[in-house]
Amino acid sequence: MAQMNMIQALNSAMDVMLGRDPAVVLMGEDIGYFGGVFRVTDGLQRKYGEHRVLDTPIAEGGIVGAAIGMAVNGLRPVAEIQFADYIYPGFDQIASELARLRYRSAGDFFAPVTIRTPCGGGIRGGQTHSQSPEGIFTHVCGLKVVMPSNPYDAKGLLITAIEDDDPVIFFEPKRLYNGPFDGDTNKPAVPWSTHKKGEVPEGHYTVPLGKADIVREGKDLSIVSYGTMVHVAAAAAAAQGIDAEIIDLRSLVPLDVDTICTSVKKTGRCMVAHEATRFSGFGAEIVAIIQEECFWNLLAPIQRVAGWDTPYPHAFEWEYFPSQARFAAALKVVMEPA
Amino acid sequence: MQRRSRLHLPPTPARPGEAPDFSYLQLSAAGAVRRPDASARAREIGFLSVELVRVLDDAHEPRGPWDPHLDPSELEIGLRHMLLTRIFDDRMQRTQRSGKISFYMRSLGEEAVSVAQCMALRPGDMLFPSYRNQGLHIVRGMPLVDLMCQLLSNTRDMCKGRQLPVMYHSAAARLFSISGNLGTQFPQAVGWAMAAAIKGEDHLAASWIGEGASAEADFHHALLFAAVYQAPVILNVVNNQWAISTFQGYAGGEQRSFAARGPGYGIAGVRVDGNDFLAVYAVTQWAAERARTGAGPTLIELVTYRAAAHSTSDDPARYRAKDDYAHWPLGDPIERLKQYLIKHGGWSEERHRALAAELESLVAASWKEAVTYGTLNEGPRLDPDLMFEDVFKEMPSSLKRQREAMRAEKGSK
Repeated sequence: MAQMNMIQALNSAMDVMLGRDPAVVLMGEDIGYFGGVFRVTDGLQRKYGEHRVLDTPIAEGGIVGAAIGMAVNGLRPVAEIQFADYIYPGFDQIASELARLRYRSAGDFFAPVTIRTPCGGGIRGGQTHSQSPEGIFTHVCGLKVVMPSNPYDAKGLLITAIEDDDPVIFFEPKRLYNGPFDGDTNKPAVPWSTHKKGEVPEGHYTVPLGKADIVREGKDLSIVSYGTMVHVAAAAAAAQGIDAEIIDLRSLVPLDVDTICTSVKKTGRCMVAHEATRFSGFGAEIVAIIQEECFWNLLAPIQRVAGWDTPYPHAFEWEYFPSQARFAAALKVVMEPA
Repeated sequence: MQRRSRLHLPPTPARPGEAPDFSYLQLSAAGAVRRPDASARAREIGFLSVELVRVLDDAHEPRGPWDPHLDPSELEIGLRHMLLTRIFDDRMQRTQRSGKISFYMRSLGEEAVSVAQCMALRPGDMLFPSYRNQGLHIVRGMPLVDLMCQLLSNTRDMCKGRQLPVMYHSAAARLFSISGNLGTQFPQAVGWAMAAAIKGEDHLAASWIGEGASAEADFHHALLFAAVYQAPVILNVVNNQWAISTFQGYAGGEQRSFAARGPGYGIAGVRVDGNDFLAVYAVTQWAAERARTGAGPTLIELVTYRAAAHSTSDDPARYRAKDDYAHWPLGDPIERLKQYLIKHGGWSEERHRALAAELESLVAASWKEAVTYGTLNEGPRLDPDLMFEDVFKEMPSSLKRQREAMRAEKGSK
């Protein structure tokens, strides 16, 4: 075991896969010589060569289109989109092509492409470097959608994604790259070395898609979340003295409905949290499933904690970011006696 | 007079009620265009994107350095493939009109593009077609019955009922799945070629796009990536002058040729008479040599004419001159190769008629077989359960539940 932050863990996942499988290639803007603007591919071009770690033009549609063709020709491309906010020029190639190639060709062609992209705010990125567009991709049939919340899961999930024969959109909450973050901006930054999930094996291992992680067991309430909000939710519940069961979904598609529903049936109360905007967010899908599956077990209306339905503003970042205060308000409602 | 900017609207040469007018076409005489070595650098051969490579002259004589000197027996195969494509198209068009299939798209007048290009490539080369390249599937030996079953969405449909008619594919024949979202195949072909180069393989990729769809970002991504990585790819713009009702000027063809996009990106661009089988073959062969010898990608503009409607849902009488194809200056690809072979290959009207009759019978017999596997409305039908397969490699439990719900809906009818 080694101590790794999320950047190092993701780097290690790609290092392992480049070493194990000659079909794996990396591609993206600034990822080669420079090692990526967040350093996630640092050193990999030097180690594996310019033909396996490709710098690309600033053309996300071209990156995804070319990655599909490479995958059809037997490679296993891992494409980096520099910020999730930049993914939209590639959206047609993702939604109309990558997601549906296996379907439209009745399984005769498929493209095992992994698209990695940093998402989320809390880094003073303004409205073009802070978005969480995962809900746009969970709505597209044929895509798997993943978002880890810690280094251990990040590496295991990324290896699984690369080995998967279906396309995977892999969101990396960039606020968590260097350490866990509980939403309290007054506290000094904490490194991953202080967290048990900062312990990461150096070799190959996998974390399955479609299996949620119960981060903390509890009796009073189920909090269903993923990405940065896992940490904020846990801190908010602890601050309120609530014995919450914290569920980290890890993969949104496929979704671990069993773990969610087993927990909600046990606690009778539920809160769903994500950093993405609230309206038509992925949380709405989770809430709908819970009321279909667990309606008679519910003691209170399910609460949602999310980003406001505005673009992510630069100057008002911390008023936008789902804070512990926003969690506290929702917790108050969901914990009202039946 | 005050000088000011003015919105320019590209002219359309002839609308209904007007006489066909092709005076806008820049033509070169057959044999007039120089043939550079296949290793020439893109910046040294810009003239190829302006002039028009032609081999057959109006008297059906081969002229100049681009003559591929193909054996008559080879050309007879080409003629056969083109004629089969046309007869197949005619029959499928009539079949759509009689309600047996929902939709069809003919390639009338453009047969040399797919047939000559495919014959100039190797079986290991990967083809990324658009929706009007049925000649590729014919040359690659796809059984007509297979194509028809796709059109019928029947129990032998290679797409399992998931695609609109004409969106064929074949992994074995190296024909990529056709997308209804135009142009997306272009950067994919470049990616395929990049992978071939990464793996050190000798195969190239070729793709086709209409001049209309060349306006999409995908076209420009493809040229950019092809240029940056010098991918072994042949990118073909089939300039058939019309994108449904919109003349090619609106795709940017008025100011410069489509082939000229190539030199702009540092790629060799060649403009070729798309209705001249010999010229299309020669240019493709030249581009393939470039790709295979590390000289990089080639953009080919095939100047041709969409003689038929865009699709069975379209009526060109509403937007273009009547009888326009009869006035098209580059003639008809089948007629031109036929006349050449009559002059130089021992072909005859009689043999041509016999061939046509043979191919008519082949198409009719294939259709007879294809409908035994079902049509959209009658006969055996695909199992609707197939709707839920291949969304993912393995069906997730959520889709299994939806499949159960669909079965229950059917059972409760």
